[in-house]
Amino acid sequence: MGDWKAPTDCKYTKTDEWIRIEGDEALVGLTDYAQEHLSDLVFVELPDTGKKIGKGQPFGVVESVKAAADVNMPVSGEIVATNDELESAPEIINSDPYGKGWIVRIKITDPAELNDLMDAEAYTAYCAERE
Amino acid sequence: MKEPLIYDLSSPGREGIQLPAPDVPPARLPAEFIREDLDLPEVSEVDVVRHYLRLSQLNYGIDKGFYPLGSCTMKYNPKLNEDVARLPGFVALHPYQHPDTVQGALEVMYQVQEWLKEIGGFAGVSLQPAAGAHGEFTGILMMRAYHLSRGDTKRTKVLIPDSAHGTNPASTSMSGLQVVELPSDPRGNIDMAALCQQCDDTVVGLMITNPNTLGLFEEHILDVVKCVHDCGGLVYGDGANLNALMGIVRPGDLGFDVMHYNLHKTFSTPHGGGGPGSGPVGVSERLVPFLPGPIVEIVEEAEDETSPPVYGFRMPEKSIGRVKSFYGQFGIIVRAYAYMLVNGGPGLRKVSEMAVLNANYLRVRLQGVYPIPYNRINMHEFVAEGRFPDAEGIRALDISKRLMDYGFHPPTNYFPLIVHEALMIEPTETESKETLDAFADALLAIAREAHEQPELLREAPHITPVGRLDEVRAAKELVLCCRPIPVGKDT
Amino acid sequence: MSYIPHTEADIKAMLEAIGVGGIEELFRDVPEAFRFPELALPEGLSQMEAGWLLEEISSTNLPGGKVPIFLGAGAYNHYIPPVVGHVLLRGEFLTSYTPYQPEVSQGTLQAIFEYQSMICALTGMEVSNASHYDGATSLAEAVLLAINSVRDRRKIILSCGIHPEYRQVVRTYTQGMGLTIVGDEGCEADVQALIGQIDDQTAMVAVQYPNFFGQIEDVKLVIEAAHARGALACVVADPIALGLLKPPGAWGADIVVGEGQGLGIPLSFGGPYLGFFATREKYVRKMAGRLVGETVDVHGQPGYVLTLATREQHIRREKATSNICTNQGLMALAAAVYMSVMGKHGLRKVAELCYHKAHYAADEINKLADYSVDFSKPFFKEFVVQCPRSVAEINEDLLDLYEIIGGFDLEQMYPARRNQMLVAVTEMNTRDEIDEFVRALGEVAK
Repeated sequence: MGDWKAPTDCKYTKTDEWIRIEGDEALVGLTDYAQEHLSDLVFVELPDTGKKIGKGQPFGVVESVKAAADVNMPVSGEIVATNDELESAPEIINSDPYGKGWIVRIKITDPAELNDLMDAEAYTAYCAERE
Repeated sequence: MKEPLIYDLSSPGREGIQLPAPDVPPARLPAEFIREDLDLPEVSEVDVVRHYLRLSQLNYGIDKGFYPLGSCTMKYNPKLNEDVARLPGFVALHPYQHPDTVQGALEVMYQVQEWLKEIGGFAGVSLQPAAGAHGEFTGILMMRAYHLSRGDTKRTKVLIPDSAHGTNPASTSMSGLQVVELPSDPRGNIDMAALCQQCDDTVVGLMITNPNTLGLFEEHILDVVKCVHDCGGLVYGDGANLNALMGIVRPGDLGFDVMHYNLHKTFSTPHGGGGPGSGPVGVSERLVPFLPGPIVEIVEEAEDETSPPVYGFRMPEKSIGRVKSFYGQFGIIVRAYAYMLVNGGPGLRKVSEMAVLNANYLRVRLQGVYPIPYNRINMHEFVAEGRFPDAEGIRALDISKRLMDYGFHPPTNYFPLIVHEALMIEPTETESKETLDAFADALLAIAREAHEQPELLREAPHITPVGRLDEVRAAKELVLCCRPIPVGKDT
Repeated sequence: MSYIPHTEADIKAMLEAIGVGGIEELFRDVPEAFRFPELALPEGLSQMEAGWLLEEISSTNLPGGKVPIFLGAGAYNHYIPPVVGHVLLRGEFLTSYTPYQPEVSQGTLQAIFEYQSMICALTGMEVSNASHYDGATSLAEAVLLAINSVRDRRKIILSCGIHPEYRQVVRTYTQGMGLTIVGDEGCEADVQALIGQIDDQTAMVAVQYPNFFGQIEDVKLVIEAAHARGALACVVADPIALGLLKPPGAWGADIVVGEGQGLGIPLSFGGPYLGFFATREKYVRKMAGRLVGETVDVHGQPGYVLTLATREQHIRREKATSNICTNQGLMALAAAVYMSVMGKHGLRKVAELCYHKAHYAADEINKLADYSVDFSKPFFKEFVVQCPRSVAEINEDLLDLYEIIGGFDLEQMYPARRNQMLVAVTEMNTRDEIDEFVRALGEVAK
């Protein structure tokens, strides 16, 4: 508790999603802070590929025994792939939130929106002030 | 020793009941519609009795001990209520019998409508909603219908405090309206600035619980109501906490437009392990035509002092419609009526006074040891934090589980959401000072254990029929049925 | 009498501990102008007097379940084995709350788990929830599930053979959702006409089995037709009928709902009743209501918990599957006890008794010169009789002259069905009663 990881190669949202750019695509997932607060995940609802979703809009749902939370798009984009392994093993998000626990791969529609996101340092500070 | 499933007690061919032989000639059965098998238990009557008796012994109930669940009002369930609800003249009535043959039932419903109107300060009541959440949904639909009936189609938002019970936003969504959350101020009231900022002509109304889920009476309630009314909105009161207000203040007098009652909370009807409840709604004059129906009214006045009036059903002119089949949870309504009769007006006031006295007493017994974020005179319940600054890792959950070892049912956990590690405690008026002291002593002992022997809490409960259960596994590996599923196959 | 244990000494000691001079001070936050209103309510009665008063009031009612009764239409005079009432009076079941603390609620949790399992067996479905308020609200919740599951479809088709009050409740529930609800404009249940309405906008089609008129329709055809267009099929079923008839699950129904009152719950003037709800496992996360699941505790012992609570209002709030909180827990327990003691053999026998007695009554009534029975479709325990004059008048005479409660006046709910009586016969009607009813009908024909 209190020592959440936030890799520097990602950017972060106020709703606790991370995004890692890979060219004009990106991987999106839930942060360490989020998985810790949700505790053991039991279910992940993934979107259909091909869907275009706007920044800040939910693209999926994660569920633990005590909470269910929307997972939102950090920037506008199109879903090109989903991490289907999460359907049978949602706990991967808990154990490896920034690696194997990626949730969707998206094609970014408006790269300028990335500027509104926090870097690792700002996000870490943001987490600390919420506790 | 786990009690086996009823199916595991079965033996092929065993029967639990003997029915009379058919006294009519057998008719031809339509072969194409007859099922081949029926996978139900095969046990004798004594098996059934023993199975359910043993199961019951694994349960805790108000009849066993103190049950301080905040916002649930776990008061004693009088046995008189059970007896009267089972009178043949109530329990054997078919809902479609001719009104002439059920005047007594209609009288009970009419009287309960009148009592609820008087207690709440409302102009009309419908007894049809089956539970509190059902009443809330009904209330929101009425508010929406009211605005639409006046051609006011801009109103789509319902304002709801962040301390509200989850049924409030859920009911709002079901009505097709939008939830706007309002923050609470540092004293636990609705944030007036935030409220007034939101109040405009797009607002259907405000849903407010008063006293709120922190057990506090809204300090600015009249200003709150004025703010909402001034912008043309309506005020919905969640009446779950009415146990603090009977004979103390009437929500209708404060300007509330709609309120639901919980007969299974305030009016002593039993919780039954999760229902049935009953959630009548009361409304101000302008909403009376929108009530769900049918409702009971006097169709013919009494001729004189000795003869009764004639009762009948009526559908309000602009009713939002039926929210349930038939008339409501009649058996629960009868129980509530018995409770009202033995209390009378003065008795109901005493109920609220003692409920509030008990809650404040318990609070002062715990203060200084348990953090109490809003430590002022509360109503019938209060919220403490289930954590200590210097007992790391101990949470409300651990304290709750340890309480079970002391023979108490824990208070409500993790609600309201605005308090960390919340323990919401509502003793109710039917508990004696001795019980309250025993409960406080247990909590104080647990607080000491939290510092000196925290593993006692973390591994609690120790003496209950089962230990802590793996809820993660229950959600991931869903086992919701113990019988093989005949997928697509005829049984 | 108010069940309050406080003595004057208690009150004094507690006020002192709190630090206030009197009870009134506890209510300082209540606006003074409205504080302590005089309630225009009578003084309290003693328990004895209250008991007498309620006995007196109850005695003015005619207890329909205790006289010959041929009235059904969604609430039935079925036999309640004595065991049921006794189990319900156990304080541990009666006075316990929702089992949110599973360690002290294993009784309720296991009983509900068994109930869920029995409902699955009865309906031929994969999962059941822990109950809804009644059959009508179960159907409304089925509509919500369909709308949330079948993307971008806003049309619901309801057969006119579904209980009229159920269809009214569906319309009340969905009035803010912008749905199109069609199919029930007529008064004759017509499967072909119903199927003809299914299109690519249809989220769900619902039929009742047996229908409101007592008839057994070709439910399988409706289910297949719904599936062919990607819509869900919902069947509103009578649980006693399911003791004899094929379960809708066998034909691929997606949702089976209905009124469980026949399963050990008294008539009680319309409530409390029991809405059962069963569906396929793939819809379990969209299903409303409480769910009990099996798991293990820290010692590896099997136990039960409420599960998938994250669908529910207290967690998901405005995104919850429904707002339902308190359900009909004790009634589900009653149904579980009923299904246990009746069991595989008893429930079948009850259903057969209903079937044979209803058919005997239908045959005998049909022999009367002035009456004719609708035999156009197979039926279970209810059938429609064309009467020589208004059913309301016939029923008045039956009551006044014979103390018999006659069948339901269909014209009240279906204006085109003039002088048509819906007669219900259960295992509780003896042959003598039926013969007397037939005789009486003959005599009040004019």
